[in-house]
Amino acid sequence: MKSEPTPANRLVGIAKSILDVIAVPILAVITAVVIGSALMFAAGYDPILAYSGLADGAFGDARGIARSLLNMTPLVFAGLSVAFAFKGGLFNIGAEGQLFIGAITAAWVGFAFDLPPYIHMPLALLAGSLAGAFWGAMPGFLKAFTGAHEVITTIMFNFIAINLTSWLISAGGENMPPGPLSDPIGRQHALARTPNILDSAKLPVLVEAPGRDIHLGVVLALVVAAIIWFLVWRTTFGFELRMVGLNPSAARYAGVNVAMTTILTMAIAGGLAGMAGAVQTLGVNHRFESNQSIGYGFDSIAVALLGQTHPLGVVLAAFLFGSMNAGTTRMQRWSDVSSEIILVVQALILMFVAADQIIRYIYRIRPRRPEEVQQLSAGWGQR
Amino acid sequence: MEREIVLEAKGITKRFPGVLANDNVNLTLYKGEILALLGENGAGKSTLMNIIYGLYHRDAGTIILKGREVNFASPREAIHNGIGMVHQHFQLIPVMTVAENVMLGSEVTRGYGLLDVEKAAKQVRELSRQYGLEVDPDALVEDLPVGIQQRVEIIKALYRKADILILDEPTAVLTPQEVRELFKIMRDLASQGVSIIFITHKLKEVLEVADRIVVMRNGHVVGETSPQESTESSLAAMMVGREVLLRVHKEPAKPGEVVLEVSGLTAYDDRGSKAIDGVSFKVRAGEVLGIAGVQGNGQTELVETLTGLRKPHNGRVTVKGKDLTGASPRKVTRAGTAHVPEDRQKYGMVAAYTVADNLVLNTYYAPPFSSSGMVNHKAIEEHARRLVKEFDIRTPSIFTSGGSLSGGNQQKMVVAREFGRKIDLLIAAQPTRGLDVGSIEFIHQRIIEERDAGVAVLLVSAELDEIMSLSDRIAVMYKGQIVATVDASKVTREQLGLLMAGVTEGVLEPEVTAVI
Repeated sequence: MKSEPTPANRLVGIAKSILDVIAVPILAVITAVVIGSALMFAAGYDPILAYSGLADGAFGDARGIARSLLNMTPLVFAGLSVAFAFKGGLFNIGAEGQLFIGAITAAWVGFAFDLPPYIHMPLALLAGSLAGAFWGAMPGFLKAFTGAHEVITTIMFNFIAINLTSWLISAGGENMPPGPLSDPIGRQHALARTPNILDSAKLPVLVEAPGRDIHLGVVLALVVAAIIWFLVWRTTFGFELRMVGLNPSAARYAGVNVAMTTILTMAIAGGLAGMAGAVQTLGVNHRFESNQSIGYGFDSIAVALLGQTHPLGVVLAAFLFGSMNAGTTRMQRWSDVSSEIILVVQALILMFVAADQIIRYIYRIRPRRPEEVQQLSAGWGQR
Repeated sequence: MEREIVLEAKGITKRFPGVLANDNVNLTLYKGEILALLGENGAGKSTLMNIIYGLYHRDAGTIILKGREVNFASPREAIHNGIGMVHQHFQLIPVMTVAENVMLGSEVTRGYGLLDVEKAAKQVRELSRQYGLEVDPDALVEDLPVGIQQRVEIIKALYRKADILILDEPTAVLTPQEVRELFKIMRDLASQGVSIIFITHKLKEVLEVADRIVVMRNGHVVGETSPQESTESSLAAMMVGREVLLRVHKEPAKPGEVVLEVSGLTAYDDRGSKAIDGVSFKVRAGEVLGIAGVQGNGQTELVETLTGLRKPHNGRVTVKGKDLTGASPRKVTRAGTAHVPEDRQKYGMVAAYTVADNLVLNTYYAPPFSSSGMVNHKAIEEHARRLVKEFDIRTPSIFTSGGSLSGGNQQKMVVAREFGRKIDLLIAAQPTRGLDVGSIEFIHQRIIEERDAGVAVLLVSAELDEIMSLSDRIAVMYKGQIVATVDASKVTREQLGLLMAGVTEGVLEPEVTAVI
């Protein structure tokens, strides 16, 4: 046996492995930005002006930074949801639906009960996450006991969640009664939404910015990311979760209850997405409207993948996506480039991260060894 | 004596990232000879063959085929030039007939894309007759025993006019009788001018069938010899580079109380057909019970049922009197059972986990490795350092991923984990499959040490030599049943071979049969 590596050697080794993990995402972002510039240039716009506008909109002033942080927050929670499920070998496409269920539950607790703030706000937040957890646990249950693939079932649960919430808040019509959670005042103007939550349920404001108050959820997102890291890498449950994700057969051999772990993993993932919705409701919108958070659940898949499914990576990726979204308006004003170009850039980033072979080929990075690769989603019959 | 050289490889060098798989290798093949290519796993035999067969590209060297320098870009070209290869895993389509399989890829048609199966069947029959390869061209491949399927593979190569045949570990899946038939076929082929390269790590077979022996080690050809001038131990020493104990030294067993008792156990396989059918046996403390049998006769399912990975349908399993019928893997482990699984990559380890984590794969939840739901990395690392040393696991560090170790060291890792704790019962399935001689020697010794320490050992293996040298008693499984239990010191290879093929009438003299 070779001698144990010296501390210096180990440090170099750790640095190398970190570089190995972050090289692809960083290069993917750079490549996507360059291709985005080429597109703008080809269409007759000034890419430098456009990206300057983007940066100024995201970080140029207090409002921009506030916007970036607020955009980041739900993406951190939902991105953690996808990343956490992925560690357990599950591809949670259902963050969107779990987020909707969490958001509407938080809104209901927020307007229907009148409680002191120190109970009301935590209760609403907790209710939102538990509802999301329930919504996530169901596909986990179906996977564990019937083998139904979670990719299919979570997509179906998205449709159920989106349409269920839309019915719950519908303003009704001539021959149609209004939804049970709809706002009586909104109904008169045919607006589909819940009543506003009570002040006691709102997340406390940490920093006031005009129209862009930074609420407690921003900090909570970072704390939850740290908790998830701890759960995955420091607890026995995390040991089991990763084992199930990497090799379910070996997990069974090792005595892990794979079915229970699968359900629990999906429940926690659903709880995180539910918290994303609850935080949006309690911190930003203060009520539930059906179009308030469309897309966060889907963007979170990109965020999780760009963040290499590591909690710290998820936070950084969420911040990148959040600030990109925050800067688009100013970009459009400065350079006349349509804000949709940012969606193209984000899609390119996701494509390059998912198909990392392209990036590895372009920049001549060593391909990963088979045992390092965790399959994104196994095909039928592979598990 | 002037003999015609059909294939010559000169100075073949092939480098993989971090490994020199072939280093300036020279190999000559004469017309009509059986050349055994002997070496441990990772010695570079397969790399060399894959280069000749056009699967890999060499970094340096030349290959001369029948006097002409060649450079195959793909197996297709190699086949076209008369090189045929029979892989360890057959490349047949089970639901098709023999004739259809044989012509697959070079189909006989009557024009307009219509197949002419009759013509193909006729050609198969002719080949069968010419080389003594009996097989029915109209039979479905899935209905044929493994030995016959292998013949179909050989016919496939001959059909494509191969006069150089590469056989990759062809005996791994055969019964001793089938091996003998294969050797007869090989000699027939050779006498009719076919040149055969026979890749193997089994010394007995080499001595029996080869005309010439080339031994490889660490990417080099380390020697050439003939069966006449070598013995099993001289070949083993060449292969490993040092003297090797081929037979484990062991004292007679001192069986104690019954540890594992199985009665009337029945279970189904994944397809829902009965895989084990009313199996009963006992294993006592301090003895090794070997389960012999051709692969696929229920041994896998038996081990899975005993270790909690498969639910029994009927019957009873007790360990030290404690009922463990249908118990979960965790319960089985906690009852003092160690399990070396048949498929170490699938069940025995998590490739992406570190060596340290793999060494606590089924004990991570208990103190000292965990307390109140928190993993104690310090204890896990200490434990790993101790086992890596004790079991001589060659790894750069305990933080290296298990998957990057060599097969032998992966198995040592599994064995270290399972033997490294206090156990009463050891269930070892194919514990040395695919390992090099050195690792096999090590693992065999550890199994006997466990036995001598009073552990009851149930050994399941497809390798007869392993079963015969380690076991005190041998139970033979055939079609899910135990057809005989014999005294290991009295039974012969031939008797076991017949029992493994399901022949029980008149095989055993009464004194060979062991008491269950």
